[in-house]
Amino acid sequence: MIGALRARGWAGVGPGLTVPWAFAAVSVLLGSALLGLGIGPVGLGFGPIAREIASHIPFLGVHSSFSGSEDAILWQLRAPRVVLGILVGAMLASAGAAYQGVFRNPLADPYLLGAAAGAGLGATLVIAYGHGAAASRDLRPLAAFIGATAGVVAAYALGRSVGGGRSTATLILAGVTVASFLTAVQTFVQQQNTDTVQEVYAWILGQLETSGWRDVAILLPYVAVSWVVLLLHRRLLDVLAVGDEEAASLGVNVARVRLIVLGMATLGTAAAVALSGLIAFVGIIVPHAIRLLAGTSYRVVLPLSLAFGAAFLVLADLLARTVISPAELPIGVVTAFFGAPFFAVVLRMTRTVAP
Amino acid sequence: MKPLDLKGVSVALDGSRVVEDFSLSVEAGEWVGLIGPNGAGKTTVLRAIAGLVPYAGGIAVRGDEVAALSRREVARRIALVPQSPVLPPDMSMLEYVLLGRTPHLGYAAALGARDVDSCRLALGRLDAAHLADRRLGSLSGGEWQRAVLARAMAQDAGLILLDEPTTALDVGAQQQVLELIARLRSDAGLTVVSAMHDLTVAGQYADRLVLLDGGREVASGAPKDVLTEEHVARHYGASVRIVSDEETGIAVVPLRPRHAEERIG
Repeated sequence: MIGALRARGWAGVGPGLTVPWAFAAVSVLLGSALLGLGIGPVGLGFGPIAREIASHIPFLGVHSSFSGSEDAILWQLRAPRVVLGILVGAMLASAGAAYQGVFRNPLADPYLLGAAAGAGLGATLVIAYGHGAAASRDLRPLAAFIGATAGVVAAYALGRSVGGGRSTATLILAGVTVASFLTAVQTFVQQQNTDTVQEVYAWILGQLETSGWRDVAILLPYVAVSWVVLLLHRRLLDVLAVGDEEAASLGVNVARVRLIVLGMATLGTAAAVALSGLIAFVGIIVPHAIRLLAGTSYRVVLPLSLAFGAAFLVLADLLARTVISPAELPIGVVTAFFGAPFFAVVLRMTRTVAP
Repeated sequence: MKPLDLKGVSVALDGSRVVEDFSLSVEAGEWVGLIGPNGAGKTTVLRAIAGLVPYAGGIAVRGDEVAALSRREVARRIALVPQSPVLPPDMSMLEYVLLGRTPHLGYAAALGARDVDSCRLALGRLDAAHLADRRLGSLSGGEWQRAVLARAMAQDAGLILLDEPTTALDVGAQQQVLELIARLRSDAGLTVVSAMHDLTVAGQYADRLVLLDGGREVASGAPKDVLTEEHVARHYGASVRIVSDEETGIAVVPLRPRHAEERIG
């Protein structure tokens, strides 16, 4: 199938995003959002949902058939969760694509550079020492955010001090070093406070449970800024593909581009992880699937990662909350369950496809 | 205003001096070949000109000091073709050539139709228009060398630096690529500075040769004056015979030491 798509010229040979792919991305995103809104313990039906949404658009004259409780399920329970899934999925996937471009490493993802380990430590500290206080749940995103940022700053500073900021390999090594240290501290704190172990695990495995629209409002400014900056750098990420020295000879200030892209991808990731917990593999499998199918230019990979990452996480969340209903699976389990086998296939193909 | 003027340039890498007090003045449209044994400093001179390594002394490009220009402005004036360029295997040849437009685009600007047109033109000039949609990973050595040259052409730079442009090529591809460079030079009014490994080729294509050894210039001038048996023996430690006539130009023919002894005896 991949060969056929390439042969039909869909592989992004011409510059930029092609119309069929843009159309496919929008349709898949809308389709998955509609599924996420419609399916659950109470079936709402896709026609009524469309009517309900249309009834909120002025001058259409459409009247909703929803009862008060159906209205509340749609707008207070499902819609915030679907929107949060869209924001988190799009953020993780586009940040993954950006990290892979900056490091010229197909395995780089937002969890590199100690971001996840730092977030994990921050959240664990609050959960373990907050003793179930009401304020501790509100404090968790902030602590995770600070932890993620500290992890990345530490990794970046270590990488720069040994590699002069030039080599991507030293940065990755520094990230692995910082991550394993932070993980060790996190595990220590977690094991020392046995009464809160379960709560820590629930967060680490990832969840999209929301407290209504508030989480969406908290997350939106961070991811919006991050997306805009990342998208503005899509062409420069293509230039980085020829290596630091050649990119410099083409007039690019490589260190500055790397710092801005890393900073923005980390900012968005930290905000997303703080709310959703650690959701693995989205940042790797989504950009790679796009590279295999639609082309390797970041002018294609970044915008499509936004759309397909969002759709992927909405669908994964749908599975997470329906498969063993009324109980819920952690969404990180669903993404890893599909992500790991997919990633094995990608690994076999990366011999020919590099970022 | 000279396209390139180096005065007393020295470069130190990791604390050791790699280029020492090197001066070179290049006229518009000239092709200057840098020759010398491995480690003589040829590549470092080119990297210093392109603003990629810090240097002491003066390097003026069209009258302005390289160290004082922005990265982008340097890239508008100088195109560097490295010895072993990074070729992302899944990038199409056109996408790759489009990277050459980078210094002409604003920081976050998108590529326009004019950029695509000028890159297709560059590919056409290198007889590679039919390769535009091919993946770099599927190209032969001669073809990818054209891709790299087309990218340099797309920079519209006026001064092109070539680091051993033909090292990896067989003799046929080597000749084609060099003929293309010679043609581009006259068609587009390019000035060329190249580090060259093959002395015969250097003598045939360059207007002027500069022989470097240990980071210093040891000889410079017309190929027939630089490529002497004595120079090659002293600086390369090689026994060669220089063959020269009207039709072939200069050829540097390596001799096996046994023959050299016989000749001396």
